[in-house]
Amino acid sequence: MTSFFLNGKPVNVDDDPSTPLLWVIRDSLGLTGTKFGCGMALCGACTVHLQGQAIRSCVAPLSRVAGKHVTTIEGLSNDLSHPLQRAWIEIDVPQCGYCQSGQIMSAAVLLHENPKPTDQDIDEAMSGNICRCGTYPRIRRAIHRAAELAAEKRAS
Amino acid sequence: MSRVDRVLEASADSQTGPLATGTVGKSSRVARRDFLKTASAITGAFWISAYVPELAAFSAQDTGKTPFAPNAFVRIAPDETVTVIANHSEMGQGVYTSIPMLINEELEADWSKIKVEAAPVDPAYNHTVYGVQMTGGSSTTPSEWERLRKMGAMARLMLVSAAAEKWNVPASSCHVENGFVVHSDSKRRASYGSLAVAASQLKPPTDIPLKDPKQFTLVGKSKRRLDTPSKVNGTAQFGLDVRLPGMLYAVVARPPVFGGKAKSVDATEALKIPGVRAIEQIPSGVAIVAERFWPAKQAREKVKITWDDGPNASLSTTQMLADFSRQSASPGNLAKKVGDPASALSGAAKTITAEYDVPYLAHCMMEPLNCVVDLRSDSCELWTGSQFETIDRANAAKTAGLPPEKVKLNTTLLGGGFGRRANPASDFVIEAVNVAKVAKAPVKVVWTREDDLAGGWYRPMWHDRFAAGLDAEGNPVAWTHTIVGQSILAGTPFEQFGIKNGVDSASVEGAADILYGIPNLQVDLHSPTIGVPVQWWRSVGHSHTGFSVEGFFDEVAHAGGKDPYELRRKLLANQPRMSAVLQLVGEKSGWGKPLPAGRGRGIATHFSFETYVAQVIEASVDKDGAVHVHRVVCAVDCGRVINPDIVKAQMEGGIVFGLTAALKTEITLENGRVQQHNFYDYPMLRMNESPEIEVHIVPSENAPTGVGEPSVPPVAPALTNAIFAATGKRVRRLPIRASDLAAASEAKS
Repeated sequence: MTSFFLNGKPVNVDDDPSTPLLWVIRDSLGLTGTKFGCGMALCGACTVHLQGQAIRSCVAPLSRVAGKHVTTIEGLSNDLSHPLQRAWIEIDVPQCGYCQSGQIMSAAVLLHENPKPTDQDIDEAMSGNICRCGTYPRIRRAIHRAAELAAEKRAS
Repeated sequence: MSRVDRVLEASADSQTGPLATGTVGKSSRVARRDFLKTASAITGAFWISAYVPELAAFSAQDTGKTPFAPNAFVRIAPDETVTVIANHSEMGQGVYTSIPMLINEELEADWSKIKVEAAPVDPAYNHTVYGVQMTGGSSTTPSEWERLRKMGAMARLMLVSAAAEKWNVPASSCHVENGFVVHSDSKRRASYGSLAVAASQLKPPTDIPLKDPKQFTLVGKSKRRLDTPSKVNGTAQFGLDVRLPGMLYAVVARPPVFGGKAKSVDATEALKIPGVRAIEQIPSGVAIVAERFWPAKQAREKVKITWDDGPNASLSTTQMLADFSRQSASPGNLAKKVGDPASALSGAAKTITAEYDVPYLAHCMMEPLNCVVDLRSDSCELWTGSQFETIDRANAAKTAGLPPEKVKLNTTLLGGGFGRRANPASDFVIEAVNVAKVAKAPVKVVWTREDDLAGGWYRPMWHDRFAAGLDAEGNPVAWTHTIVGQSILAGTPFEQFGIKNGVDSASVEGAADILYGIPNLQVDLHSPTIGVPVQWWRSVGHSHTGFSVEGFFDEVAHAGGKDPYELRRKLLANQPRMSAVLQLVGEKSGWGKPLPAGRGRGIATHFSFETYVAQVIEASVDKDGAVHVHRVVCAVDCGRVINPDIVKAQMEGGIVFGLTAALKTEITLENGRVQQHNFYDYPMLRMNESPEIEVHIVPSENAPTGVGEPSVPPVAPALTNAIFAATGKRVRRLPIRASDLAAASEAKS
């Protein structure tokens, strides 16, 4: 039995401790917003936060998160109010949408650590996330827009 | 089950076979030219007369508690919810927004009340041109442009009639406003929801006039996508996200060589892994079924399988490259002939020749293939992101040994499609039904990235050999083009429609129909039979002809001392729409204006799926041969635009897709084995490599044409032409290799 916190709530699972966190979240705990893309930490579709840091859940064994806090796309906000979600909707970033959970979770850590990222900062933070539909130009715009929205929120 | 579903189930599937209507596979140029005429004819005669009365008859019997369903595409509930039933799959191209826009342009319901639901499989939802339920060929908007507006108008007319009857006033004295029927004279208003029961008792009209385009209020507006909220909070349901009670998970060990078979299977060690339920041979390999995905995958690594490689064990793309080139030295089956190209070539003041190569390519959707199957003794239900519902259901039924009406296929959102999920053999669906037979429980078959990349059904490898003759002024007077590559349509149900006189229309599209005015022209084709399964891949044949034709055209321009933009202007003089697109891209890109040192500008045009596209790319090459794409300017004429922002998004996405093909990817085989495995050796363009992209749309009142694919073909040639401008090095083989460019860059600088 492994215990950890998923989106703030305590959870217990009996998967083998070597099982990648991705499959524990999706198959055992039933939260399917976190996606499988490669299984080798190459595409970023499975990005979640572990204690506030972006990790690739497809290569993180369950044992690594014991007792720790994991946040998935479902835990980002419960009402689409996160500045990244608002910006993604305003700019209509997603096409097929499959990679976007991972894109947003990577961008969330970027914005948390760097409230006003430059294009180069975005390149560095986001180049681990593949989008086959090619929404990169809109992801870039939306991250800049989310930075503005977050600044407005802080100011108000 | 909803009422519409019950009606559709009851109406049975009298024409499930893919060829039932005889219009499948009309992918040739000629067919596309007749496209709107055909679509219109089918819309009027086939759809409304054949299906609406059945549905309406059902509603008349109803007691009135269920929603108003005037046709298979719209349901209006007493709570004001308007459900649009989408008969095309959402794979990123925006149809779950554009389909409601077309319907609601005429329906005029409150946009905020609209919900979208995937259609069940039923002939009512068949493609108006292709005659099966499917999504592909950049055809949703052009094929539905008229039908869906009529479906919306039909519903509106019935709601107005219901209100007019209720108020005892002429229908002509009522109008609609944002989900209400209004009688201005008496200042009465009734919401659509409040009229739903009464409207469901009425007979659908047969005369359904449509708005004058001048009155459009939705078409042409950048409405936000209806699916975006669900795609930013994790609630969007893709095939891989489907979960059923008691569901098992499976992976399949497939032969390392196409056409191989398992000779012996030793599952002793694999079965010891906790959670593994079954390991058994199925026609496509060995199925490993477990309580979760992870033990299934681990067990697959422990199963000892001896394979019989079969006849394809010596396939080598290196060898094929040489074979294709040799084959292209002699003409193939004639696809197009104008004038006397042989004489014109021999009499030309100057001749040039070139050979172009493109590799096999995988679709590589972000969501790997998957399919959930619940197989019972007398029924079968499937969940998958299908682009080919009629065919997938028919094949699933055949595999399950059930009649099609006992098989329900649920179309989920697709995490990318690009053609792979429209498999003419239903490979991943049939396999999943076979796994379900072994699993003896509901089962989700998951393909890993490695499975998906090695799974075949690639964009074919193609070779293009050209010769051109120029007159004394440098104008092209002769053009010959020999194409070598596997036929996509051969052996599929579409063969009889798409292959004429040994020429697969999908192999020569974009080559046999070039728009340039060249007086002597020949295009011919060799279609070797090779044991690698091939399939349509975003832009199909255009994905090679765009590159080779536009690359060679650039060579012709330079050989004749002409500016590549100006020569295109001249030879497109009789093509007003492409000329306008070309002019627009020329203006917006600043063609001819100075660039920073080391940068080159390349141009390409391409006509595909009835859409006109031109692109200018600015690129540079560093001393290591690495290519930097700085800016892409794209102009497009796709007729009347339904949603400009979605058109722009499709152009942007296609450009990134095209850049990945130009710069990054190839599937190669040696000893019959695919050499690529995952994103480390099949890399995708990433954020740091994504250029600035500008999209400019030519305003048009012509009928709408497709946008999902047409931005892909011009990308590679615009880039290689830019590389030539920057370095003097002509790239004739994709993907572009740094090793080919390092020396060129040094020499130029």
